[in-house]
Amino acid sequence: MLVIKDLQASIEDKQILKGINLTVKPGEVHAIMGPNGSGKSTLSAVLTGNPAYTVTGGSVEFYGKDLLALSPEDRAHEGVFLSFQYPVEIPGVSMVNFMRTAMNEKRKYFGQEPLSAADFLKIMREKRSIVQLDNKLASRAVNEGFSGGEKKRNEIFQMAMLEPKLSILDETDSGLDIDALRIVASGVNTLKSKDNATIVITHYQRLLDYIKPDFVHVLYKGRIVMSAGPELALELEEKGYDWIKEQVDSQQ
Amino acid sequence: MKESEKPEKGNQIIEEAAQAEYKYGFVTDIETEVIPKGLDEDVVRRISALKGEPEWLLEFRLKAYRHWLTLKAPTWGHVHVPEIDYQAISYYAAPRQKAANDKKEIDPELKKTFDKLGIPLEEQLRLSGMAVDAVMDSVSVKTTYRERLAELGVIFCSISEAVKDYPDLVRKYLGKVVPYTDNFYAALNSAVFSDGSFVYIPKGVRCPMELSTYFRINAAQTGQFERTLIVADDDAYVSYLEGCTAPMRDENQLHAAIVEIVVEDRAEVKYSTVQNWYPGDKDGKGGIYNLVTKRGLCRGDHSKLSWTQVETGSAITWKYPSCVLKGDHSVGEFYSVALTNNWQEADTGTKMIHLGKHSTSTIVSKGISAGHSQNSYRGMVKIAPKATGCRNFTQCDSLLLSDTSGAHTFPVIEVGNDTSVVEHEATTSKINEDQIFYCNQRGISTEDAVGLIVNGYAKEVMAKLPMEFAVEAQKLLSVSLEGAVG
Repeated sequence: MLVIKDLQASIEDKQILKGINLTVKPGEVHAIMGPNGSGKSTLSAVLTGNPAYTVTGGSVEFYGKDLLALSPEDRAHEGVFLSFQYPVEIPGVSMVNFMRTAMNEKRKYFGQEPLSAADFLKIMREKRSIVQLDNKLASRAVNEGFSGGEKKRNEIFQMAMLEPKLSILDETDSGLDIDALRIVASGVNTLKSKDNATIVITHYQRLLDYIKPDFVHVLYKGRIVMSAGPELALELEEKGYDWIKEQVDSQQ
Repeated sequence: MKESEKPEKGNQIIEEAAQAEYKYGFVTDIETEVIPKGLDEDVVRRISALKGEPEWLLEFRLKAYRHWLTLKAPTWGHVHVPEIDYQAISYYAAPRQKAANDKKEIDPELKKTFDKLGIPLEEQLRLSGMAVDAVMDSVSVKTTYRERLAELGVIFCSISEAVKDYPDLVRKYLGKVVPYTDNFYAALNSAVFSDGSFVYIPKGVRCPMELSTYFRINAAQTGQFERTLIVADDDAYVSYLEGCTAPMRDENQLHAAIVEIVVEDRAEVKYSTVQNWYPGDKDGKGGIYNLVTKRGLCRGDHSKLSWTQVETGSAITWKYPSCVLKGDHSVGEFYSVALTNNWQEADTGTKMIHLGKHSTSTIVSKGISAGHSQNSYRGMVKIAPKATGCRNFTQCDSLLLSDTSGAHTFPVIEVGNDTSVVEHEATTSKINEDQIFYCNQRGISTEDAVGLIVNGYAKEVMAKLPMEFAVEAQKLLSVSLEGAVG
């Protein structure tokens, strides 16, 4: 579904991604790991079209479409979802209103009629249970006054509502206690199917105990420097990143 | 946002402010009786004669006119009102109704106009319980539900009719809250005012439906000088709504209104405005000068007056709906959303004058500035020395949507005793790019995202509007921002 070729990107004239190659197929879970500052979050931002970043080379195809030519909202409609590392608060905008707008925009994109209020609330109820999101939270303003764990659960709730084809979880485990981590991971696993794929961006192995990856990639200095099966994550947990850094730096 | 455009660092919201869509810019083709341009005592006499007014009212007008001649237009507002040639304006324009003699039969053209504005004038078509006084240019063309309200003793009619039918009531209250000496525009209005609404709620009556006046400017090169008077007698309650629109024209048109409200013992008046006069085009050409004096007197003990305004229109807005809190334990409220885009200028706020003991007031002002506009909050909280135990809470927020717009606050606080408490909170913020991208990522376009965020920001005030109005006002905020995002 996703074919990334030689992707390069910069922010404020600073080159961050220096040639990423990655192919993701339906049903797969890819973990992207790496030390701080290696470009993990930049990759998620570029794939979703964050205007703060400039693509300076390479291509991204999503189901045969040139993803980089699409606006951020059209990428979302096509089925790319980002669970933000730092979900944003939008004061005064209720989750209900926000989600209903998002879903109806997607339906409009595909030429469908907007959902009725009753149908929408029914879907919302069903999906809330996946991440055990309290009804009170759902009726509050978007992320306003949510705890760190609530914000992350709210991200997965939105993912459940929008049913993306490709979900990118950007450091979803950061700031979560073990219970919240379990709830979030079980939500992700519930939503997993043979037709959708997940990219899990994480610094630690911990999340991968709950969300089993098929592939583990190490990102360092803007490139994927190593790819292997799930065993690589365990190795990194044990040995850290220094041995990879040394290996890469000596080759340069 | 187009993918090819490299967004600028920092604030990328709004550069090219395109023309916001103004849905109400059409002109009704109707024969209109317009008196020649210019202003002198003869014109004042002629307006009074056209309306068949009693002598005392003509005297009131003439005194106001003579006083106006001694005044100069105020220049302290943070707005740029150009020199207005008062001799180039016509002070009376009345659409000539084909069935003018029978108020029950409304001219089909006028009916069509108000239908187009979403204000059906046939009572049976209105599902919601709202009575409407429809004012086009200088005259009221129709007031609905008059008879039904009269059964309860509620008087709701145009002020011209009130002068004829209830002269004592009008004479008792007219000019008592806003005297003609109040300011330049108030003096002008007192001299030439044409139509507007009159509301009287008798003792102990809770008005069972929302009362509303819809003001429409249609004729060119005219000004609208309406006058509204609302009296709520002891223990009465009324919720009153005001809406307004005008055609799109290159010329600027003057709208100088007066609203006076008297609230007696334990009575309550809610006054809501959705102001959507034509704001001018994207280059700042045309638009209404909205120079308005609105004031209420909470005369009775435990009386309450609440102003809610959503201001999106007009090239220039200069208005300060105020409360004089004379009664002990009286309550004044002011909730305002003022949105300016393109080259609009707004200087708006309120005065809370605490004269009664234990009187309380709340001010919530939300300014939103986009394009090259200037948006100012001007407020005064004054607590008289004898008004002990008073409270005021003021919250004054500004949201900037562009680097080229301005947000200003001019608060004045005078507290005359040490048993009163006054709080003032103020914030200024910019719309956050992270919020916009978050919405984008969920499939919501930047324009819709700004609409959502702005409506969220204004929610506290919008929640004060009556239900049907709130929905309209939300749409209006989004529409007024169209083109405000690059």
